Amino acid sequence: MSDAAIAETTSAAPTHEGGDTGPARSLASDAWRTMRRSPFFWISSALIAVFLLMAIWPSLFTSTDPTQAVLSDARVRPNSEAWFGRDIQGYDIYSRCIYGARASILVGLLSTVLTTLVGGTVGVFAGYAGGWTDTLLSRLGDIFFAIPLLLGAVIVLVTLPATDNYFLIVLKVVLALVVLGWPSMARLMRSSVIQVKPNDYVQAARALGASPWRVIRSHIVPNALAPMIVVATINLGAYISAEATLSYLGIGLQPPTVSWGVDISAAVVGMRTTPHMLFFPSLFLSLAVLAFIMLGDVVRDALDPKNR
Amino acid sequence: MTVQDTTRTDDARVRYEPQDGVLLEVEDLFVEFHTADGIATAINGVSFELHQGESLAILGESGSGKSVTAQAIMGILDMPPAVIPSGHIRYCGQDLLTMPEEQRRKTRGPEVSMIFQDALSSLNPVFPVGWQIAEMFRVHRGMNKSDALQQAVRLMERVQIPAARERVKAYPHQFSGGMRQRIMIAMAIALDPAVLIADEPTTALDVTVQAQIMSLLEELQEERQMGLILITHDLGVVADVADRIAVMYAGRLVEKADVDALYASPAHPYTRGLLESIPRLDQKGQTLAAIGGLPPNLMRIPPGCAFNPRCRMAQDVCRTDRPELREVAPGRLSACHFAEEVIDA
Amino acid sequence: MPEVVLSAQNLVKHYPIKRGVLRRTVGHVKAVDGVSFDLHKGETLGIVGESGCGKSTLGRLLMRLEEPTAGSVTFEGQDWSGASARDTRRLRRDIQIVFQDPYTSLNPRMTVGDIIGEPFEIHADVVPKGGRRQRVQELLDLVGLNPEHINRYPHQFSGGQRQRIGIARGIALNPKVLICDEPVSALDVSVQAQVVNLMEKLQDELGLAYVFIAHDLSVVRHISDRVGVMYLGRMAELGEEDEVYARPTHPYTQALLSAVPVPDPTLRGKRDQIVLVGDVPSPANPPSGCRFHTRCWKAQDVCSTLEPELEPRADGHGEHLSACHFAEPRLVVETVDVTGIEPDDRFVSTDTDDLVDAGAGLGAEGGGEELDSGQAEDRARPPATEDTPQVSDPTRVVEDTRDNQG
Repeated sequence: MSDAAIAETTSAAPTHEGGDTGPARSLASDAWRTMRRSPFFWISSALIAVFLLMAIWPSLFTSTDPTQAVLSDARVRPNSEAWFGRDIQGYDIYSRCIYGARASILVGLLSTVLTTLVGGTVGVFAGYAGGWTDTLLSRLGDIFFAIPLLLGAVIVLVTLPATDNYFLIVLKVVLALVVLGWPSMARLMRSSVIQVKPNDYVQAARALGASPWRVIRSHIVPNALAPMIVVATINLGAYISAEATLSYLGIGLQPPTVSWGVDISAAVVGMRTTPHMLFFPSLFLSLAVLAFIMLGDVVRDALDPKNR
Repeated sequence: MTVQDTTRTDDARVRYEPQDGVLLEVEDLFVEFHTADGIATAINGVSFELHQGESLAILGESGSGKSVTAQAIMGILDMPPAVIPSGHIRYCGQDLLTMPEEQRRKTRGPEVSMIFQDALSSLNPVFPVGWQIAEMFRVHRGMNKSDALQQAVRLMERVQIPAARERVKAYPHQFSGGMRQRIMIAMAIALDPAVLIADEPTTALDVTVQAQIMSLLEELQEERQMGLILITHDLGVVADVADRIAVMYAGRLVEKADVDALYASPAHPYTRGLLESIPRLDQKGQTLAAIGGLPPNLMRIPPGCAFNPRCRMAQDVCRTDRPELREVAPGRLSACHFAEEVIDA
Repeated sequence: MPEVVLSAQNLVKHYPIKRGVLRRTVGHVKAVDGVSFDLHKGETLGIVGESGCGKSTLGRLLMRLEEPTAGSVTFEGQDWSGASARDTRRLRRDIQIVFQDPYTSLNPRMTVGDIIGEPFEIHADVVPKGGRRQRVQELLDLVGLNPEHINRYPHQFSGGQRQRIGIARGIALNPKVLICDEPVSALDVSVQAQVVNLMEKLQDELGLAYVFIAHDLSVVRHISDRVGVMYLGRMAELGEEDEVYARPTHPYTQALLSAVPVPDPTLRGKRDQIVLVGDVPSPANPPSGCRFHTRCWKAQDVCSTLEPELEPRADGHGEHLSACHFAEPRLVVETVDVTGIEPDDRFVSTDTDDLVDAGAGLGAEGGGEELDSGQAEDRARPPATEDTPQVSDPTRVVEDTRDNQG
């Protein structure tokens, strides 16, 4: 027998790490193997870790109080004392960028996770059950879909009782975004479930006597998840910006609460004369969004065995 | 190869005349696909010619390069990823590969045309079928709308579509698979091509419809003296229709012969294996046997004879020396070092 | 005749056609419209017909993937239709299915081990948890795949190999009946024979009964003991393989047989060609009386009014079931008996095992990874043993494999 490497016509895949034998492997463990090898995974994880640290212990990064106004130095450009300069109130921009992470990350993450959970569940249910359930859930989604984001958010935020508690304010904003954001996720999930459902492997599982729960969990969801992951990570950035918009309109987070959105809104006024006031919060926002999108891409690819 | 046979006629169309009855000549053609994973050699030095009024079957399994050959002749390969590093495709002596694109485009339809396996996706779903056939006449012949439609009806009648006059305004989805394939055929023969390439024309159809379509194709070929290239994997269809057969394996021609000779005594172990491995309707108690293994990955075609890892006759020479396609008996070509033994087997 | 394992009685499946905003039912597609047959232990019943004849729906009804509109399926005397959820689950162990498309029938995000092991997860009492992995490897070996490939994903296999995986999943629970819905029609010619031979081998070893649904009449003739021909949701003819192929009495069967191309150019123009006119009518609005009368050259007035029963009718030799008022045998295919003639083993092999090829350094190493020569030698079996009967005791091979690893 020759030792020539002869392969078949199916798309050739690179060899697996660790070969084919060894302990049983699952999609999750294989996904982890793949991710581990991706530099993008490490870059995005590192960035996200830094932002999370900022959100949890901002004092690790700065000792300056973000609400301490040095009015005499208002609008000063970056210098050795205030690295990123100061804003119109004389606040230290560096410190505000650090402290702003908490609100922005909280709003972004919570809104994304909740819309994905709510929308995904509704979508799976509607797509799998079909018939009346589907019609009912889809029409319900359409109703929320028809409400413009800002108008809807204004209504939600104004209706809810006013509060001074930091977390409650954040939660209010998240709630507004989730109420208006879940239908698009539900639609996306529903259509990919409908695409996956007629596949023969789903039928084969049914033929084996698998329960609907099992069919959904091990056959439908893993194969319908990819578009959701991509859109969810992109939405994360959109939610952080939406939070900024709401703050700008005066119904989201309010000063003295510090958030990137609040600062960006405030800095827009002096975009030409004092660009540094806009640049630094925007940079932080962009980096955070980029990190999450990058992570989403890596996760999606890792969950697809064909990319291995 | 000279080009003096091309003369201009009054409608400013280039006239092509076959030379010594040869319509199409493919010479040492290579096609590669450059992908992210590497270079796949889909066609690896293929030569054949097609004569006037002849039906040549190109037989092969998926990945053998038979469809790529057809697409290369038609000039409808997606380039990139496809690359044609060398070779010639001459139509009536003129190399299609070096021809200016504008001139080549004008050969598609009036000179060389093609029908595909999947008629549904080959027809535009948003236009009525009659309109789509008429379009051929309007674009290539400059006919006016009503004349073109008139011609379309005549063609639909020719391909035996019942109630053609009423159905000329119907949309593709309103026809059955067999009828759609007839419409495809009508479009392909609309401009009286000299060469018709049929790429698996009946694979998606039921047997009774397949029989209808194949006999229609045979009839049309006879009537118009077209050269027909039938691309298929079905040994039964080939036996019914073809004059000559070219067998492809891993991008190479492994055998070329008249249909009777090839079925009576194949000269290549692959052909022989294929014939042994198909269940036959007219046999009972048949012991089915198979060629072991799978065709090679086109990115890593084994050295020597591409078939050697699956060949039960393979010797050392087969693993090192690539057998050329050579004449092993009058009118019979085979690319096997032991072709003579295979014929006698 | 051996005992009946599976029996269909007057199976009917109508799909409603819904139109408009209110989804009002405006008609029914009569996919399967009164089909009855018995399947005996260890036999293969071929079901042939053209697209739209209802043969795939029939398979899904037998498998209980669809609820029949009327009629019933009985397994060893037990009626499925009334069965409780628990009984249904148990019945699913005895009847399994193999699908047509090897590319959509395996979950791309599960390893082969998980795919073949899923039956044991669902029916947890069949094999204890600790023994499942070994059982999966035994199954892989049984269908001629390398047991070491248990951690691979479906896309790393070729079409034929995937179909083997699908078969392994189908036989995992030791069913008595395997419903095969076009199991080889998506495969290349040279691979088709390997899978057909594997299915025959498994039938012999495991005593399976097959319902073999296909449109390829040649494959069906080869593998089937009995054959049923379907047309527009009804059985047109049903009989022993020889009766249906050598002495068909229904005009539709005759037309179908005459249309199948035979790979023999010397028969060109000499065969009895029956070219049917027109297309198959829509199953939403099947013709009255005999459904074939609109395309039949023998049709009389009675055919459009009175539906012919599927009953024994003379075929010139004996009689078999046929649903034609004017049933008479017609020799469409001249049959040659080649029993006992072995194919030339210089070119082909009757071996069903993919492993042999893997040993030859072949494509069975799906995914195109390179084997170093030592590994290749290990997996190789010397050519001399290729013609000896394959080891039928899977455990032995598994042990062998382990030795090689160790």
